[in-house]
Order: sequence, then structure tokens, then C-alpha cells
Amino acid sequence: MPLWKPDPTFYPSPRDAAAAPPEKLAYVAAFDRSAARPDAIAVLDVDPGSGSYGQVVGWTELPYTGDELHHFGWNACSSSLCPSSPHPHVERRYLIVPGLRSSRIYVIDTKEQPTSPQIVKVLEPDELAKRAGYSRPHTVHCGPEGLYLTALGGANGEDGPGGIALLDHSSFDVLGRWEVDRGPQYLAYDAWWHIAHDVLVTSEWGTPSMVEDGVVGELLLGRKYGHALHFFDLRKRRHVQTVDLGDEHQMVLELRPAHDPTKQYGFVGVVVNVEDLSASVWLWHRDGDRFAATKVITIPAEPPGPDDRAGLPPVIEPFGAVPPLVTDIDLSVDDKWLYVSCWGTGELKRYDVSDPFHPVEAGSVRIGGITRRTPHPAAPDLPLAGGPQMVEVSRDGRRVYVTNSLYGAWDDQFYPDGVGAWMAKLDSGADFTFDERFFPHGDAWRGLRPHQTRLQGGDASSDSYCYP
Amino acid sequence: MTEGSLAALVALGAFHGLNPGMGWLFAVARGLQERARARVLESLPAIAAGHAASVGVVAVLVSLTRSVVATRIVAIVGGVVLVGFGLWRLLSRRHFKWVGMRLSLGQLAGWSFLMSSVHGAGLMLVPVITASGGPAAGGHAHGLGEAQGSALMSGIFVTGVHTLAMFLVAGVIAVVVYEVVGLTVLRRAWFDLDRVWALALIGAGAATVLTA
Repeated sequence: MPLWKPDPTFYPSPRDAAAAPPEKLAYVAAFDRSAARPDAIAVLDVDPGSGSYGQVVGWTELPYTGDELHHFGWNACSSSLCPSSPHPHVERRYLIVPGLRSSRIYVIDTKEQPTSPQIVKVLEPDELAKRAGYSRPHTVHCGPEGLYLTALGGANGEDGPGGIALLDHSSFDVLGRWEVDRGPQYLAYDAWWHIAHDVLVTSEWGTPSMVEDGVVGELLLGRKYGHALHFFDLRKRRHVQTVDLGDEHQMVLELRPAHDPTKQYGFVGVVVNVEDLSASVWLWHRDGDRFAATKVITIPAEPPGPDDRAGLPPVIEPFGAVPPLVTDIDLSVDDKWLYVSCWGTGELKRYDVSDPFHPVEAGSVRIGGITRRTPHPAAPDLPLAGGPQMVEVSRDGRRVYVTNSLYGAWDDQFYPDGVGAWMAKLDSGADFTFDERFFPHGDAWRGLRPHQTRLQGGDASSDSYCYP
Repeated sequence: MTEGSLAALVALGAFHGLNPGMGWLFAVARGLQERARARVLESLPAIAAGHAASVGVVAVLVSLTRSVVATRIVAIVGGVVLVGFGLWRLLSRRHFKWVGMRLSLGQLAGWSFLMSSVHGAGLMLVPVITASGGPAAGGHAHGLGEAQGSALMSGIFVTGVHTLAMFLVAGVIAVVVYEVVGLTVLRRAWFDLDRVWALALIGAGAATVLTA
């Protein structure tokens, strides 16, 4: 039953969202690499005044095994207040949780029992295949016509092209393929938009066969992974422009458009440059009638140091250096701070992007890393594998959450002695430091690997706003 | 046209103007996009024009039909249609989506026309038109042609009065929200008017049938 008044977690503008009360719970997708046990959504207490602060306080186990939970999202968000498709009386209460490996999609209700959310619907893979022609669902975004779900693969065993499926945000039926004209895009990954300008942006990773068994060295050196951005007319659902970043820039992943709806720029992370193992962050922006992309941050590879606790894994041993591997970025709701995860070197960087063309580094912390294995300050004797990976920022921008797993097969390649399982929280203000009270790790995760975090009531990567 | 009918026409116009989904929200959004009150103001006539066109089609058709067909039949059929449409609006979860956020004034008028039509804005006026003692039912018709002419005038009059009320209410809300209240009104005061709307359709239909 729809609400009589708008969902209180829908905000007209980024300013309203930032001024809202802080989140009390966080939901984290966690998966079993061996596929022997079910994956789960872990519920974390993130209320600093609570006795169980920083602990996993609830689990929702899935009924199947081998899903490999990855990204997930809310069924509805602030975009519901936009006048071109107003539906403010739906509720933000369901998490739409796709299995990246199984292509199964779970709908999980968080309203009645927030710390033990209930599975209310399961979409089998053939529903996505039959109705939208896709598989390997990846990113979920609540948008103008319902739920947008990017998918890496085609249906019926076809490797590609990937694209976007559209789901109803109340019944969760797969409505069909979103694109009327997909244009030249074949490799899919993320999608987001400039909602007030009718522009949709997509990025490129690879097809299922290129990613499911780990990074394929020949494909990487052959520059076959994604290296372009695509711009679509959000209204007509047509491809309008490709911006190629150059084929040395392999794997163009997370898209973080400015939250200010009057702006038309955004940031995208590139995992690795095959010429020097550096990683980069690019700014897409208007250039007359077209979009252009400019590299605004370059993070070089690091030579293994004398204090490093672990050697180089076979996948990068020939290069003799540790690539930063920028696997995720996140932009604060006020568009001021950009957080950049260096999953390879074990560093989380913070940039002041008030001038988006000229980011200024304003803080950095170390944790984990392929060779460094930097411990968390709360457990200084415990070397950590993995690195800051998925990063989520609270609506008010003061809290930053990171988890350490990238993707099962890739974790195993870069951290062959085990990636472990941990989550950390940073306080972001004048300083940028770890919260020593918040470090769920090891057995807290029941042997599952934590991946993406979603915050109760929305976060910096879930909502779009129509009003400045 | 009785005073009661006139008041009902104005009230329905105000009700339509009140609904954010009928257009004032779009006017505010256009203004905010470019931070210009002129965008708000120029949007309102386009929205009103689309609404008038949608309502006008029904008003003129009903007025014309009424002059040649028995009032009762029109009222009963119209009433049943209203109740059915209201129930469909109440039960349907489908959201109408036709435009993006960037549109010209012509497209805005077209959007307003479609939005009003799929919401049955014109249908809601049927009981007022069939109940009102308009010129066509006045008994002074000197032939069919003249009767149709007055019926047309009646339809246009109904449309005009209704649209003027809608335009004024939507305009005042749009300007006040843009200038003074701010967008928190969306979170605090945006009642689910679609459901109220559907109930109004059902109520209007039932009343038409019962009084026919």
C-alpha cells in the first residue's frame, strides 16, 4: 500500500539530504567464495550511542548458494520527487539484491524488521533473460521509470552485449530491456545519470567470460577490457555518444555524477593503465554540445618496499610493482569530497574536488594492501589482506565505510593467501582518520566476504535529486 | 448554469491546480533549473493550456451530446464510466511517464494535456455539466444548429471557468513555493492526491448516476 505522504527519506535537494539525521543501520552484501554456504546480507549497528555499535547485529541468509552478491540498491529514492515522473508515495523499504554469478535477484524488505530483513520475492535468472535479454545483474539504481539494473552479460549463454534492464519499483517485475538503441556499447558495468538533463552515462568492465574466472592476462595486455564511457538520451533511451579514454586505460568502473542537478559533470575511476600500472580518475564534463573526459587524478604504482609483509602474487610478479587498482570511488552528497579506493596498495585517498578539474589531495589512510598488509589501528598486530574496496559515504559526508573484497575470483588472484574479511569506518572532517571503535573483522563475518554497503535511508551513491 | 454548478466548477479547478502532478511542480522545477522566476511564470500558461484542451474536449462533447440525447442516458453512462475510471486509477500501480526533465513550452503543454487526460480531469466535470442548466437545456433553442452553437458556448464557458480556477491555484502555489516556502513542502505536504483524485472520480460518478 502506498504512503499518504512522501517517504521521509526522499529529499528534493542534496542539501536536504545532507541535513537529514544520520543512519543507524548499514546493510552489507557478503558472499561465500566456495559457494558451499548461502550468501547473506549482514546488518551492522552504526549508531555510535548504541551498545552494539560497530557489530554485526543481524543476518539475512539467502535460500540458495553460489549467487555471489555484489552490488545492490534501494527500490525507490529521492528521484521519486522529480516532476517528470512523480511517484513520491512509494516506499524506500526494499533492497534489490542481485547475484552477480547466479543472475538471481532477491527483493528484501527492511521495514518490518530492520535488523533481520525478510526476503519477499526471488526473481529467477530466466525472468531477466526472457524479458530483458540479460544476465549477470550488477548495479541497481532507483530512477525515473522504476529500477534500472545494469547487467554484464546477454541471455541464453550469450556473453554479451550487456546493458540495462528496467524493473517496476513496486511489483519488481522485469519490464524489459531499457535501451531502444544500445549503440556500439558491448561491455557493460555501471550506469547513472544527470537526471535533470535527461542524460544517462554508462561505463565498461567486461563480459562474464572476461571476469568470472579472474582477470585474463592476455585480454588485459591486449587491451580488451572496457575503456570508454557512453552517453545516452535518458528519455529516448538512445545512445548518443562514446567517449574513449584510450585503450591503455583498462576497466572503467564506478560512475559518480555530481549530485547538484544543475551540474553536468562526474567522476569515473579507471582500474589500471597497462603501460605503467597506474590508476586514474577522470572527469566527464560538457564540452559544447558534447561530453568530454579529462584525466584529473593519476595514482602511480608503488615498488614493493623493504617493510612489506607479503610478496607479489603471480599475476603482477613480472611487473615488479604494486598497482594501486582503483576499484571504487565515491563522491560526497555536497560534491566536495571524492574518496578513492586503492585496493592494490591498500590506501584510501580523499580529494577536495570543489574545483572538479583540479582535485587536491586532502587526506589518506593505509589499510591492507597486496604487499604492505597494514593493520587497523584497533588491532595493530593483525596484518590485513585485501584493501579498501567498496566505499560508501553517509548523506552528511561525515562517515565513510569501506569493505575489503572485490570479486571472488579476483580476490584470489591478488591475495592468493586469502583476502580475509573486514570493514572499517573513517571520520571525515578536518581530519580523516579511522574510527577505532568500528572494525568488524574475521569471525564477525562468518567466513563470508563483505562487499558493498548501503546505509539505512540512503547514502552518497544511492539517490538522485531533481532540485538544486 | 446555477450558482452551485459554478462553485463546483471552480472547486474542481482549484483541486486540479492543487495537485503537484498536474503541473505546478514542473513549473517550480523549471524555475529552479535555471534559477529564474520567469521560467516558473512562463510555464503556467502552457500547463493551463494543456489542461484546458484536455478538459475542453470532454466539456464540449458532453454539452453537444446533451442537446440531442436524453440527459439521463448521458448521466448514467458517464457516471458508470467515471466510477470505472476512478477504480482503475485507484487500483492501477502504473505511473504515467512521457517526458524527461528538459522540455519546451510546447512539450510542456502536451505533457499537461496527456497528464490531465490520463487522470480523467475532464471526466470529473461531467456531473457538473450534465447537472447544470446551461443554455442548451434552457428551452429557447430555435433549431438544432442554434442549440449546438449554444452548447458549444456552454462547453467553452465550463472549460474557461474551470481552467481559470486551476491556473490561479497552480500559479499561486508555484510562485509561493518557488519564492517563499521552499521545497520542503514536497516532503511535508504532498499528500497522495492521486488516490484522493481517484476517490473524487468515483464519488462524482456515483452522484451522477444516483441523481440522474
